[in-house]
Amino acid sequence: MIATHDLRKTFKSRKGAVEAVAGVDLDVKKGEIFGFLGPNGAGKTTTLRMLSTLLPPTSGQATVAGFDLLHDSAKVRYEIGYVSQEGSSAPEIPGRTELVMQGRLYGMTKARAEQRAAELIAALELADCADRPTRTFSGGQKRRLDIGIGLMHLPQLLFLDEPTTGLDPQSRARMWDEVRKLRDIGTTVFLTTHYLEEADALCDRIAIIDHGKIVALGTPDALKRQVAGDVVVVGTDNASDRVLQLLRGESFVREATAGDGVVRLYVDRGETAMPQIIRALDAEGIVLSSLSLNRPSLDDVFLHQTGRSLRDAA
Amino acid sequence: MKLLKDTWLMFQRYLFVFLRNPAWVAIGVLQPVLYLVLFAPLLKSLTATPGFPTGGAYNVFVPGLLIQLGLFGASGVGFGLIAELRAGVIERFRVTPVSRFALLLGRALRDILTLVVQSLILLLLAIPFGLQPTVSGVFVMLGLVALIGLGMSSLAYAAALALKSEDSYAPLIFTLSLPLLLLSGVLLPLQLAPQWLQHIAQANPLSYAVTAARDVFNGHGSDPDVFKGLAIMAALAVVGVLIGARRFSRAIA
Repeated sequence: MIATHDLRKTFKSRKGAVEAVAGVDLDVKKGEIFGFLGPNGAGKTTTLRMLSTLLPPTSGQATVAGFDLLHDSAKVRYEIGYVSQEGSSAPEIPGRTELVMQGRLYGMTKARAEQRAAELIAALELADCADRPTRTFSGGQKRRLDIGIGLMHLPQLLFLDEPTTGLDPQSRARMWDEVRKLRDIGTTVFLTTHYLEEADALCDRIAIIDHGKIVALGTPDALKRQVAGDVVVVGTDNASDRVLQLLRGESFVREATAGDGVVRLYVDRGETAMPQIIRALDAEGIVLSSLSLNRPSLDDVFLHQTGRSLRDAA
Repeated sequence: MKLLKDTWLMFQRYLFVFLRNPAWVAIGVLQPVLYLVLFAPLLKSLTATPGFPTGGAYNVFVPGLLIQLGLFGASGVGFGLIAELRAGVIERFRVTPVSRFALLLGRALRDILTLVVQSLILLLLAIPFGLQPTVSGVFVMLGLVALIGLGMSSLAYAAALALKSEDSYAPLIFTLSLPLLLLSGVLLPLQLAPQWLQHIAQANPLSYAVTAARDVFNGHGSDPDVFKGLAIMAALAVVGVLIGARRFSRAIA
């Protein structure tokens, strides 16, 4: 559905050139939910804007929905829907009017556009507010309307830029359900997010992007398996550096990092590693304040690839 | 065909937005009405001054006032576009196959319609004061206002797309529209101006529109100046539309 090769975007400013996207290779399959995970400023939105015809790439190739992005952008536009972070409706216009207008811009007849708008209003549960100006919508209603606007012309591929940023947990869960329904009807979804939970829970495959480059790509499970078996988090009072020195060399520790007052140890088997850790610290007289055993999260994947925590970077 | 259809869709959209708040028509007319009531009477005692055009204070002043309405009305249209940029509406349109030219034309046509309605209201209100309109005069006048509306609103949209914020757009239009107004002879006829000021005013396209408008209202409808004014305003409209369309068709704005 999307294939890119060495896609790049350089922005020129007075301070010099900034390479926002530094060579992205992607292969998004038909019918999957593909997530672009990374901190703010990593190049997620820039990539999305290039793939949705909004921004011409500086170099590289891309095929989107079967058409060449650079030479056939007019044809690409008929096949894709795009939901931006900023929203997409005018505050004084009723939701239904916005939907119908959108359909007509894609060449639907008035009757067809009205019918399709009614379908979406029912599916997205917007019946209560659809005929009111969008300024009266709640945050969740507005986002659902944005999705409806993006779906009016039944696109094969829908781009969602940070679809749940700023939403309360309930609306977020609701939005996830809507995205999964899209996959059920065969629509390919390409979304960006800086929420680990969202990438983990919603996406079939994710690409982790940092400084304009993809640093990891795969299913959430496969990415987590890459890191190691388990993560043991050791908390001490101001002794992180000593703990790191002490345990880094142990044979059962594959990798260790320190930060936020804790040491993270990547080990093959957490159950056997924990007693050894306790004994080693005891022998040095280091007092433990906490010790926990975790399955690796996508944050560990990010940390592993970039040396930084996504929570800090975001 | 697609251009016409998309332009019509856009025109309907912006007309709808405008009609939801019809007070704007009245607010747009309010300022010229204040000039009509509080300024034009001052001209009555000037009509005998050498150089003051013949036809009486109102037949001289009101045509210029309509040109001013066109200038001010059209230069403010960018505010709405900036609000739409912020709401993500323009970006949404850019991802659709809509004609880029229609994004401009649909809006500009709405602006023209607004200006024509406001001009008619103002003309009617001026009659009790002493304006004596002619049918041909009104038609030429509305044509001039429509051309100014098309040209100036296109330029205003181009500026709004380039600047993207009210904070820089507002000072720009205020800085530009005041000299355009002063150098057009709307408030006082340029015939009263010293030579050097008349020369500078010749560089202002709107001064030709004002001259043409006064001529048709005062029995000089067949004067070459009328044709000249219309032609210059048509050229302004073409240039404005070209610049505006270029801005709308650029991928990033």
